[in-house]
Amino acid sequence: MNPSLFSAEGLSGVVFLGFVGLIASGALIATHTQRLIRAISGLALCLLGVAGMYYFLLSPFLALMELLIYVGAVCVLIVFGIMLAEPKPEQTVGKLNMVAGVVGVILGGVLFWGLVRLAQVAPWQASAVTGDFSLEAVGTQLLTSYSMVFELISIVLLVAIIGSVALARMGRERSKA
Amino acid sequence: MNILTLGNFLGSYLIIGAFLFSMGIYGLLRRRSLIGMLIAAELVLSGASVNFMAFNRFIAPNPAVGQIFTLFIMGIAAAEAAIALSIILAVYRNYRSIDTADIADLEG
Repeated sequence: MNPSLFSAEGLSGVVFLGFVGLIASGALIATHTQRLIRAISGLALCLLGVAGMYYFLLSPFLALMELLIYVGAVCVLIVFGIMLAEPKPEQTVGKLNMVAGVVGVILGGVLFWGLVRLAQVAPWQASAVTGDFSLEAVGTQLLTSYSMVFELISIVLLVAIIGSVALARMGRERSKA
Repeated sequence: MNILTLGNFLGSYLIIGAFLFSMGIYGLLRRRSLIGMLIAAELVLSGASVNFMAFNRFIAPNPAVGQIFTLFIMGIAAAEAAIALSIILAVYRNYRSIDTADIADLEG
């Protein structure tokens, strides 16, 4: 199969490569810029590309959720954190930073190489598909087979909200005293 | 295998997930401030999500399970970001800094 550039498959392949480019450039920006506000912009770009991947993986619902939750909520939350904590621009010189950078490159490279080798070598076998990709199936199973997990994650989110409010309040009282 | 048909193979998504994961680990080690480490942790989580969705698309018997699991990962990531930011704000109030080199002392 060898689609031409201007057929439907070729154009969707170009869009796929564009999303891959967004992920790569966004991840590089998120880990390499000195100012954190630029790093968070890189994270937003990268997550936009991940949402495109979900679209290619036959789940437009999760692509929209990715945009809504990650780009819309988590990134804005981190931007508020940057505004409130006013971090200094990161120092890239210094002995400790050199060591951390070298260790990071080695560990990240080894992990990436190992995972890519695993993806190539392992005999992934497709099994017989019994369900479908529809949002209806997701919703039905979320409230039948996985209802316990659904309730548990609701409790986790409730505890997280109460805990974060309590933590932020406690810090305020201590600094006043 | 043509470069324009890469989106039809499991391997390309697995490589993207591995890239996101290893960039996240690299950023966690390299960043010197707590918010930068939080950003890198989000990269690790999205790498895991991409892997789940790729296996869900290509080899899972029931294609709803991976989507449900990815939704749970999103919920956990939102809770993690909220908790981490409130901890970061509490640390900032006490130390006036979120640089990991400045907050290295323990105090009861």
